[in-house]
Amino acid sequence: MKNNRIPFIYMACLLLVGVLMSAIPAANNSGYQVGDTARDFKLKNVDGKMISMADYKDAKGFIVTFTCNTCPYSVAYEDRIIDLHNKYAPQGYPVIAINPNDVKASPKDSYKHMQVRAKEKKFPFPYVYDETQEITKAYGATRTPHLYVVQKQKDGSFKVAYIGTIDDNSREPEKVQKKYAEVALDELVAGKAVSQPNTKAIGCTIKWREA
Amino acid sequence: MTVYLKQLILLLALGFIAGTAAHAQTVTTIKFDQLQELRQAPHDTLYVVNFWATWCKPCIKEMPYFEAAHAQYKDQPVRVILVSMDAVQDKEKRVLPFVEKRNLQSRLYLLDEPDGNTWIDRIEPKWSGTIPATMFFNNKRGQYEFIEREISQQELQELITKYKP
Repeated sequence: MKNNRIPFIYMACLLLVGVLMSAIPAANNSGYQVGDTARDFKLKNVDGKMISMADYKDAKGFIVTFTCNTCPYSVAYEDRIIDLHNKYAPQGYPVIAINPNDVKASPKDSYKHMQVRAKEKKFPFPYVYDETQEITKAYGATRTPHLYVVQKQKDGSFKVAYIGTIDDNSREPEKVQKKYAEVALDELVAGKAVSQPNTKAIGCTIKWREA
Repeated sequence: MTVYLKQLILLLALGFIAGTAAHAQTVTTIKFDQLQELRQAPHDTLYVVNFWATWCKPCIKEMPYFEAAHAQYKDQPVRVILVSMDAVQDKEKRVLPFVEKRNLQSRLYLLDEPDGNTWIDRIEPKWSGTIPATMFFNNKRGQYEFIEREISQQELQELITKYKP
Protein backbone atom coordinates (compact mmCIF):
# COMPACT_ATOMS: atom_id res chain seq x y z
CA MET A 1 0.00 0.00 0.00
CA LYS A 2 2.69 2.47 1.07
CA ASN A 3 4.82 1.64 -1.97
CA ASN A 4 2.01 2.57 -4.32
CA ARG A 5 1.89 6.12 -3.05
CA ILE A 6 5.34 7.15 -4.26
CA PRO A 7 4.66 6.67 -8.00
CA PHE A 8 1.40 8.54 -7.52
CA ILE A 9 3.13 11.54 -5.95
CA TYR A 10 5.80 11.35 -8.65
CA MET A 11 3.14 11.39 -11.37
CA ALA A 12 1.32 14.28 -9.69
CA CYS A 13 4.57 16.24 -9.59
CA LEU A 14 5.22 15.57 -13.27
CA LEU A 15 1.71 16.66 -14.11
CA LEU A 16 2.14 19.85 -12.11
CA VAL A 17 5.41 20.64 -13.90
CA GLY A 18 3.67 20.04 -17.22
CA VAL A 19 0.83 22.37 -16.34
CA LEU A 20 3.25 25.07 -15.19
CA MET A 21 5.36 24.80 -18.32
CA SER A 22 2.38 25.01 -20.63
CA ALA A 23 1.35 28.17 -18.78
CA ILE A 24 4.67 29.92 -19.52
CA PRO A 25 4.01 30.90 -23.17
CA ALA A 26 0.68 32.44 -22.20
CA ALA A 27 2.31 34.44 -19.42
CA ASN A 28 4.97 35.50 -21.91
CA ASN A 29 2.28 37.12 -24.05
CA SER A 30 3.81 35.85 -27.26
CA GLY A 31 0.49 35.90 -29.13
CA TYR A 32 -0.29 34.70 -32.63
CA GLN A 33 2.11 34.24 -35.48
CA VAL A 34 1.04 34.21 -39.12
CA GLY A 35 -0.47 30.78 -39.82
CA ASP A 36 -1.88 30.35 -36.30
CA THR A 37 -5.58 29.88 -35.66
CA ALA A 38 -7.07 33.00 -34.12
CA ARG A 39 -9.75 32.61 -31.47
CA ASP A 40 -13.14 34.20 -31.83
CA PHE A 41 -14.41 36.66 -29.24
CA LYS A 42 -17.59 38.14 -27.88
CA LEU A 43 -17.03 41.82 -27.19
CA LYS A 44 -19.37 44.75 -26.63
CA ASN A 45 -19.79 47.14 -29.52
CA VAL A 46 -20.45 50.88 -29.09
CA ASP A 47 -24.15 50.20 -29.88
CA GLY A 48 -24.38 47.84 -26.91
CA LYS A 49 -24.54 44.64 -28.98
CA MET A 50 -22.09 41.79 -28.56
CA ILE A 51 -19.91 41.09 -31.60
CA SER A 52 -18.31 37.79 -32.64
CA MET A 53 -16.63 36.84 -35.89
CA ALA A 54 -18.95 33.85 -36.07
CA ASP A 55 -21.91 36.24 -36.46
CA TYR A 56 -20.79 37.17 -39.96
CA LYS A 57 -21.99 34.23 -42.02
CA ASP A 58 -20.79 35.60 -45.37
CA ALA A 59 -17.39 36.99 -44.36
CA LYS A 60 -14.28 35.43 -45.88
CA GLY A 61 -12.23 36.89 -43.10
CA PHE A 62 -11.69 40.00 -41.02
CA ILE A 63 -9.40 42.94 -40.57
CA VAL A 64 -9.13 42.76 -36.78
CA THR A 65 -7.72 46.17 -35.82
CA PHE A 66 -6.51 46.99 -32.34
CA THR A 67 -6.91 50.73 -32.05
CA CYS A 68 -8.08 53.35 -29.57
CA ASN A 69 -9.27 56.93 -29.09
CA THR A 70 -6.14 58.43 -27.59
CA CYS A 71 -3.08 57.29 -29.53
CA PRO A 72 -2.08 59.92 -32.13
CA TYR A 73 -1.15 57.11 -34.54
CA SER A 74 -4.60 55.57 -34.17
CA VAL A 75 -6.21 58.95 -34.74
CA ALA A 76 -3.99 59.55 -37.78
CA TYR A 77 -5.14 56.22 -39.20
CA GLU A 78 -8.88 56.48 -38.43
CA ASP A 79 -9.85 57.63 -41.93
CA ARG A 80 -7.65 54.98 -43.50
CA ILE A 81 -9.25 52.26 -41.35
CA ILE A 82 -12.65 53.48 -42.57
CA ASP A 83 -11.34 53.33 -46.17
CA LEU A 84 -10.04 49.79 -45.61
CA HIS A 85 -13.45 48.70 -44.40
CA ASN A 86 -15.28 50.40 -47.26
CA LYS A 87 -12.96 48.81 -49.80
CA TYR A 88 -12.68 45.29 -48.38
CA ALA A 89 -16.00 44.63 -46.60
CA PRO A 90 -17.69 44.22 -50.03
CA GLN A 91 -14.92 41.76 -50.90
CA GLY A 92 -15.56 39.71 -47.77
CA TYR A 93 -13.11 41.28 -45.31
CA PRO A 94 -14.81 43.78 -42.96
CA VAL A 95 -13.00 45.65 -40.17
CA ILE A 96 -13.65 44.86 -36.54
CA ALA A 97 -11.94 47.52 -34.41
CA ILE A 98 -11.00 46.53 -30.86
CA ASN A 99 -10.02 49.02 -28.18
CA PRO A 100 -7.51 47.20 -25.94
CA ASN A 101 -6.67 49.98 -23.48
CA ASP A 102 -7.39 49.80 -19.78
CA VAL A 103 -9.68 52.59 -18.68
CA LYS A 104 -7.71 53.29 -15.49
CA ALA A 105 -4.45 53.62 -17.37
CA SER A 106 -6.10 55.62 -20.16
CA PRO A 107 -9.39 57.22 -19.02
CA LYS A 108 -10.21 58.68 -22.44
CA ASP A 109 -10.35 55.16 -23.86
CA SER A 110 -13.46 54.38 -21.82
CA TYR A 111 -16.51 52.75 -23.41
CA LYS A 112 -18.33 56.11 -23.23
CA HIS A 113 -15.49 57.87 -25.04
CA MET A 114 -15.47 55.07 -27.63
CA GLN A 115 -19.15 55.72 -28.29
CA VAL A 116 -18.48 59.43 -28.75
CA ARG A 117 -15.57 58.83 -31.11
CA ALA A 118 -17.42 56.21 -33.17
CA LYS A 119 -20.29 58.65 -33.60
CA GLU A 120 -18.04 61.58 -34.51
CA LYS A 121 -16.21 59.55 -37.13
CA LYS A 122 -19.31 57.58 -38.20
CA PHE A 123 -17.40 54.31 -38.03
CA PRO A 124 -19.00 51.94 -40.56
CA PHE A 125 -17.62 48.95 -38.60
CA PRO A 126 -18.02 47.68 -35.03
CA TYR A 127 -15.80 49.32 -32.43
CA VAL A 128 -15.70 46.90 -29.51
CA TYR A 129 -14.11 47.06 -26.10
CA ASP A 130 -11.73 44.35 -24.84
CA GLU A 131 -12.23 45.39 -21.26
CA THR A 132 -10.48 42.39 -19.73
CA GLN A 133 -7.68 42.57 -22.33
CA GLU A 134 -8.03 38.80 -22.75
CA ILE A 135 -8.38 38.98 -26.54
CA THR A 136 -5.56 41.50 -26.90
CA LYS A 137 -3.27 39.17 -24.96
CA ALA A 138 -4.38 36.11 -26.92
CA TYR A 139 -3.65 37.85 -30.21
CA GLY A 140 -0.40 39.31 -28.87
CA ALA A 141 -1.15 42.88 -29.93
CA THR A 142 1.36 45.32 -28.48
CA ARG A 143 0.60 48.67 -30.06
CA THR A 144 -2.15 50.75 -31.61
CA PRO A 145 -2.99 50.50 -34.40
CA HIS A 146 -2.06 46.82 -34.82
CA LEU A 147 -3.77 44.80 -37.57
CA TYR A 148 -4.50 41.09 -37.73
CA VAL A 149 -6.03 39.97 -41.00
CA VAL A 150 -7.63 36.57 -40.48
CA GLN A 151 -9.02 34.26 -43.14
CA LYS A 152 -11.99 31.99 -42.54
CA GLN A 153 -11.18 28.32 -43.13
CA LYS A 154 -13.49 25.59 -44.41
CA ASP A 155 -14.03 24.33 -40.85
CA GLY A 156 -15.10 27.83 -39.74
CA SER A 157 -11.89 28.59 -37.86
CA PHE A 158 -9.87 31.77 -38.53
CA LYS A 159 -6.29 31.58 -39.72
CA VAL A 160 -3.97 34.56 -39.23
CA ALA A 161 -2.78 35.72 -42.67
CA TYR A 162 -1.25 39.11 -41.95
CA ILE A 163 0.04 40.91 -38.85
CA GLY A 164 1.25 44.47 -38.94
CA THR A 165 0.71 48.00 -39.99
CA ILE A 166 -1.52 49.73 -42.54
CA ASP A 167 1.03 51.52 -44.68
CA ASP A 168 4.44 53.19 -44.68
CA ASN A 169 3.54 56.73 -43.55
CA SER A 170 1.34 57.44 -40.55
CA ARG A 171 1.89 61.19 -40.55
CA GLU A 172 1.32 62.01 -44.22
CA PRO A 173 -1.31 59.86 -45.96
CA GLU A 174 -0.61 61.61 -49.26
CA LYS A 175 3.00 60.41 -49.18
CA VAL A 176 2.14 56.75 -48.72
CA GLN A 177 3.95 54.53 -51.19
CA LYS A 178 3.53 51.06 -49.70
CA LYS A 179 0.03 50.01 -48.65
CA TYR A 180 1.13 46.92 -46.75
CA ALA A 181 -2.34 45.86 -45.52
CA GLU A 182 -4.02 46.43 -48.88
CA VAL A 183 -1.38 44.37 -50.68
CA ALA A 184 -2.00 41.51 -48.26
CA LEU A 185 -5.78 41.81 -48.60
CA ASP A 186 -5.62 41.96 -52.40
CA GLU A 187 -3.55 38.79 -52.41
CA LEU A 188 -5.98 37.04 -50.05
CA VAL A 189 -8.97 38.08 -52.12
CA ALA A 190 -7.19 36.81 -55.26
CA GLY A 191 -6.54 33.47 -53.54
CA LYS A 192 -2.79 34.04 -53.46
CA ALA A 193 -0.28 33.64 -50.65
CA VAL A 194 0.47 36.86 -48.78
CA SER A 195 3.89 38.01 -49.97
CA GLN A 196 4.69 40.17 -46.94
CA PRO A 197 2.70 38.74 -44.04
CA ASN A 198 4.56 40.61 -41.27
CA THR A 199 5.20 44.35 -41.09
CA LYS A 200 6.20 46.65 -38.26
CA ALA A 201 5.60 50.25 -37.34
CA ILE A 202 6.24 52.56 -34.43
CA GLY A 203 3.07 52.88 -32.40
CA CYS A 204 1.64 53.66 -29.00
CA THR A 205 2.07 50.95 -26.46
CA ILE A 206 -1.14 49.28 -25.29
CA LYS A 207 -2.11 50.60 -21.86
CA TRP A 208 -2.17 47.44 -19.76
CA ARG A 209 -4.21 47.02 -16.63
CA GLU A 210 -2.00 47.14 -13.58
CA ALA A 211 -1.70 43.71 -12.03
CA MET B 1 30.94 106.49 -29.31
CA THR B 2 30.13 105.97 -25.63
CA VAL B 3 26.66 104.73 -26.60
CA TYR B 4 28.18 102.10 -28.84
CA LEU B 5 30.62 101.11 -26.10
CA LYS B 6 27.79 100.76 -23.59
CA GLN B 7 25.86 98.60 -26.01
CA LEU B 8 28.90 96.50 -26.67
CA ILE B 9 29.47 95.92 -22.96
CA LEU B 10 25.81 95.09 -22.48
CA LEU B 11 25.96 92.62 -25.36
CA LEU B 12 29.09 91.00 -23.98
CA ALA B 13 27.51 90.76 -20.53
CA LEU B 14 24.36 89.19 -21.95
CA GLY B 15 26.44 86.80 -24.00
CA PHE B 16 28.37 85.80 -20.88
CA ILE B 17 25.18 85.12 -18.90
CA ALA B 18 23.72 83.10 -21.77
CA GLY B 19 26.97 81.18 -22.14
CA THR B 20 27.09 80.10 -18.51
CA ALA B 21 23.44 79.02 -18.23
CA ALA B 22 22.78 75.43 -19.32
CA HIS B 23 21.10 75.58 -22.70
CA ALA B 24 18.84 72.86 -23.93
CA GLN B 25 20.53 70.69 -26.52
CA THR B 26 19.88 71.01 -30.21
CA VAL B 27 18.01 68.20 -31.95
CA THR B 28 19.90 66.61 -34.83
CA THR B 29 17.77 64.99 -37.50
CA ILE B 30 19.23 61.63 -38.53
CA LYS B 31 18.44 58.86 -40.98
CA PHE B 32 18.62 55.14 -40.28
CA ASP B 33 22.26 54.83 -41.40
CA GLN B 34 23.31 57.25 -38.69
CA LEU B 35 21.32 55.34 -36.11
CA GLN B 36 23.01 52.15 -37.26
CA GLU B 37 26.39 53.89 -37.01
CA LEU B 38 25.59 54.89 -33.44
CA ARG B 39 24.50 51.33 -32.63
CA GLN B 40 27.86 50.09 -33.93
CA ALA B 41 30.00 52.70 -32.14
CA PRO B 42 33.23 50.86 -31.32
CA HIS B 43 34.20 52.77 -28.16
CA ASP B 44 34.51 51.39 -24.66
CA THR B 45 31.49 53.44 -23.65
CA LEU B 46 28.09 52.47 -22.37
CA TYR B 47 25.45 53.90 -24.71
CA VAL B 48 21.97 54.30 -23.29
CA VAL B 49 19.70 55.01 -26.25
CA ASN B 50 16.08 55.78 -25.43
CA PHE B 51 13.40 55.96 -28.13
CA TRP B 52 10.62 58.40 -27.29
CA ALA B 53 8.17 60.91 -28.77
CA THR B 54 6.40 64.03 -27.56
CA TRP B 55 3.04 62.23 -27.98
CA CYS B 56 4.12 59.24 -25.86
CA LYS B 57 3.00 59.64 -22.24
CA PRO B 58 5.04 56.81 -20.68
CA CYS B 59 8.11 58.16 -22.50
CA ILE B 60 7.67 61.57 -20.95
CA LYS B 61 7.16 59.99 -17.56
CA GLU B 62 10.51 58.20 -17.67
CA MET B 63 12.43 61.02 -19.36
CA PRO B 64 13.61 62.66 -16.09
CA TYR B 65 15.35 59.39 -15.18
CA PHE B 66 17.42 59.55 -18.35
CA GLU B 67 18.18 63.22 -17.81
CA ALA B 68 19.30 62.48 -14.24
CA ALA B 69 21.52 59.65 -15.49
CA HIS B 70 23.01 61.99 -18.08
CA ALA B 71 23.90 64.53 -15.38
CA GLN B 72 25.21 61.91 -12.99
CA TYR B 73 27.52 60.16 -15.48
CA LYS B 74 28.53 63.19 -17.53
CA ASP B 75 32.22 62.73 -16.77
CA GLN B 76 32.23 58.95 -17.22
CA PRO B 77 32.14 56.80 -20.35
CA VAL B 78 28.35 56.72 -20.31
CA ARG B 79 26.37 58.40 -23.09
CA VAL B 80 22.66 59.01 -22.71
CA ILE B 81 21.00 59.64 -26.06
CA LEU B 82 17.33 60.39 -26.63
CA VAL B 83 16.03 59.54 -30.08
CA SER B 84 12.70 61.15 -30.93
CA MET B 85 10.25 59.20 -33.09
CA ASP B 86 8.24 62.33 -33.82
CA ALA B 87 7.67 63.05 -37.47
CA VAL B 88 10.25 65.47 -38.87
CA GLN B 89 7.39 67.82 -39.80
CA ASP B 90 6.68 68.21 -36.08
CA LYS B 91 10.26 69.11 -35.14
CA GLU B 92 9.83 72.90 -35.08
CA LYS B 93 6.33 73.01 -33.64
CA ARG B 94 6.43 70.19 -31.12
CA VAL B 95 9.86 68.72 -30.49
CA LEU B 96 11.97 71.89 -30.12
CA PRO B 97 9.49 73.64 -27.79
CA PHE B 98 9.33 70.45 -25.70
CA VAL B 99 13.12 70.28 -25.51
CA GLU B 100 13.34 73.97 -24.54
CA LYS B 101 10.61 73.72 -21.93
CA ARG B 102 12.22 70.70 -20.29
CA ASN B 103 15.70 72.10 -20.85
CA LEU B 104 16.88 68.66 -21.95
CA GLN B 105 20.63 68.11 -21.60
CA SER B 106 21.10 64.62 -23.03
CA ARG B 107 22.19 64.26 -26.63
CA LEU B 108 19.11 64.54 -28.86
CA TYR B 109 18.33 63.02 -32.21
CA LEU B 110 15.18 62.85 -34.29
CA LEU B 111 14.98 59.79 -36.51
CA ASP B 112 13.46 60.79 -39.82
CA GLU B 113 12.29 57.40 -41.06
CA PRO B 114 8.49 57.33 -41.43
CA ASP B 115 8.34 53.68 -42.53
CA GLY B 116 9.19 51.66 -39.42
CA ASN B 117 8.89 48.48 -41.42
CA THR B 118 12.11 49.29 -43.30
CA TRP B 119 14.31 49.68 -40.23
CA ILE B 120 12.86 48.31 -36.93
CA ASP B 121 13.92 44.72 -37.66
CA ARG B 122 17.35 45.88 -38.79
CA ILE B 123 18.11 47.56 -35.49
CA GLU B 124 16.30 45.02 -33.25
CA PRO B 125 14.20 42.09 -34.53
CA LYS B 126 12.66 41.63 -31.06
CA TRP B 127 11.22 45.15 -31.13
CA SER B 128 7.49 45.14 -31.94
CA GLY B 129 7.54 48.90 -32.55
CA THR B 130 6.17 50.34 -29.32
CA ILE B 131 7.79 53.14 -27.39
CA PRO B 132 9.28 53.74 -24.93
CA ALA B 133 12.09 51.38 -25.81
CA THR B 134 15.69 51.56 -24.61
CA MET B 135 18.96 50.02 -25.76
CA PHE B 136 22.03 49.59 -23.59
CA PHE B 137 25.25 48.66 -25.36
CA ASN B 138 29.01 48.69 -25.14
CA ASN B 139 30.30 47.18 -28.37
CA LYS B 140 33.91 47.06 -27.18
CA ARG B 141 32.80 44.65 -24.46
CA GLY B 142 30.11 42.93 -26.52
CA GLN B 143 27.37 44.01 -24.14
CA TYR B 144 23.80 44.58 -25.25
CA GLU B 145 20.40 44.77 -23.66
CA PHE B 146 17.06 45.87 -25.11
CA ILE B 147 13.95 46.84 -23.16
CA GLU B 148 10.63 47.50 -24.89
CA ARG B 149 8.63 49.07 -22.09
CA GLU B 150 8.64 51.80 -19.52
CA ILE B 151 11.62 51.65 -17.20
CA SER B 152 11.82 52.67 -13.53
CA GLN B 153 14.54 54.96 -12.26
CA GLN B 154 15.89 52.18 -10.09
CA GLU B 155 16.03 49.77 -13.00
CA LEU B 156 17.83 52.33 -15.14
CA GLN B 157 20.36 52.98 -12.39
CA GLU B 158 20.94 49.25 -11.92
CA LEU B 159 21.51 48.67 -15.63
CA ILE B 160 23.95 51.58 -15.89
CA THR B 161 25.84 50.38 -12.82
CA LYS B 162 25.91 46.87 -14.26
CA TYR B 163 27.34 47.87 -17.64
CA LYS B 164 29.29 51.09 -17.21
CA PRO B 165 33.01 50.56 -17.90
